[in-house]
Amino acid sequence: MIEIENVRKSFGALEVLKGIDLTVSKGEVVTVIGGSGSGKSTLLTCINGLEPIDSGRITLDGTDVHAKGTDLNKLRSKVGIVFQQWNAFPHLTVLENVMLAPRKVLGLAKDRAEEIAVKQLTHVGLAEKLSVYPNRMSGGQQQRMAIARALAMSPEYMLFDEVTSALDPMLVGEVLDTLRMLASEGMTMICVTHEMKFAREVSDRVAFFHQGVMAEIASPEQLFDAPQHVETQKFLAATH
Amino acid sequence: MFNYTFHWNQALRALPQMLDGALVTLEIALLSMAIGLACAMVLTLFRLSGNRVLSGFAAVWVEVARNTPALFQIYMAHFGLGNFGIHLSPYAALLAGIAFNNAGYLAENFRGALKAIPDTQARAGRSLGMSSLQAFRYIVMPQMLRIAFLPATNQMVWAILMTSLGVTVGMNTDLAGITQELNARSFRTFEFFALAAVIYYVIAKAVTLAARAFASRMFRY
Repeated sequence: MIEIENVRKSFGALEVLKGIDLTVSKGEVVTVIGGSGSGKSTLLTCINGLEPIDSGRITLDGTDVHAKGTDLNKLRSKVGIVFQQWNAFPHLTVLENVMLAPRKVLGLAKDRAEEIAVKQLTHVGLAEKLSVYPNRMSGGQQQRMAIARALAMSPEYMLFDEVTSALDPMLVGEVLDTLRMLASEGMTMICVTHEMKFAREVSDRVAFFHQGVMAEIASPEQLFDAPQHVETQKFLAATH
Repeated sequence: MFNYTFHWNQALRALPQMLDGALVTLEIALLSMAIGLACAMVLTLFRLSGNRVLSGFAAVWVEVARNTPALFQIYMAHFGLGNFGIHLSPYAALLAGIAFNNAGYLAENFRGALKAIPDTQARAGRSLGMSSLQAFRYIVMPQMLRIAFLPATNQMVWAILMTSLGVTVGMNTDLAGITQELNARSFRTFEFFALAAVIYYVIAKAVTLAARAFASRMFRY
């Protein structure tokens, strides 16, 4: 369970998170929508401790992420995150990209790590690309590889930060299909996205962020068909 | 001007002796490069450390190595340290001087290479649970070495040529030292130095070609 309590975060004078409360239960899929600069992406990087918070509390299965003494490396191996820019490691083959963290962080033997990597890459449809270097693949393939790379750590949670935003429209579908598959397998996920149709389809709940505040959170039917907050209404009107 | 008679035979007779010297030259260059690379890596980590003493130390080293004559650096290692009672042999002083110079240039080379690697690479590693050292070791460093490799081969060639400065501190077993002694005995300056120049050229060229072949095998992405 991810529990976010009254989290505040500023970059200099700009307050990007103004007291966020959100609880995500095991197996739940929450998507976060909202305009640029609304704090959606920042929240994800705070959840796995890549960014510190100013006040409030984030706990993962009871572990306080930002407490002194929390082993962030250990915690991050439980929480996979995939970014808008997939950050393939260009000097490693696709297989090596996925094997690296299981080998070095989990300390798995080579053949065991390879077994896991092959399984995850097959899962995202890249079984044919094992020995290819990432720069020989399309953005969509590289993004699926990044997803497999995160999954190879057997995370209990996955955070997706606008994973289709940097992709050619032609390639968005294949990445969304991968996310749909994960959702249907029961992965606990928080997805920041601009893909409204996708959000409606996969989410248990959809949150709308506006200027650092979670203005509204509801079931997809409720949020998309009968939004309560005036900013949600404006946002949805503008995106449809 | 044209009544000089070349005596190439005399130079060619000394060729085996000069080739022995060339081996010493290559040995010093390779050792100075190995030491220089190790020091440059440490200097790079010092610069990244965020510790002011360590990064200051690295900055001074790099500044002095790159902005003072290599000849002075070698002189200092031999005669300068000698003033403080630290007596390095010509061989050790030459090696130390060139290694010092190499480290300065290579550290700067590494810094440029590091800048070319986006921060998001290390961040991606961290987000997979790697420590910052692991992210550096397995993600950043291999990419850095690739970018830095070809400029580093320039430094290797430069190191080979710098070894000739050893004659100024009494080095007499490397190619320049042996050539200088042969010259002093025979006054066949042109022949001996021309032959030595050809040998330097061949070594430098061979190193460049070998490095290129190595790079195309190593860096396949």
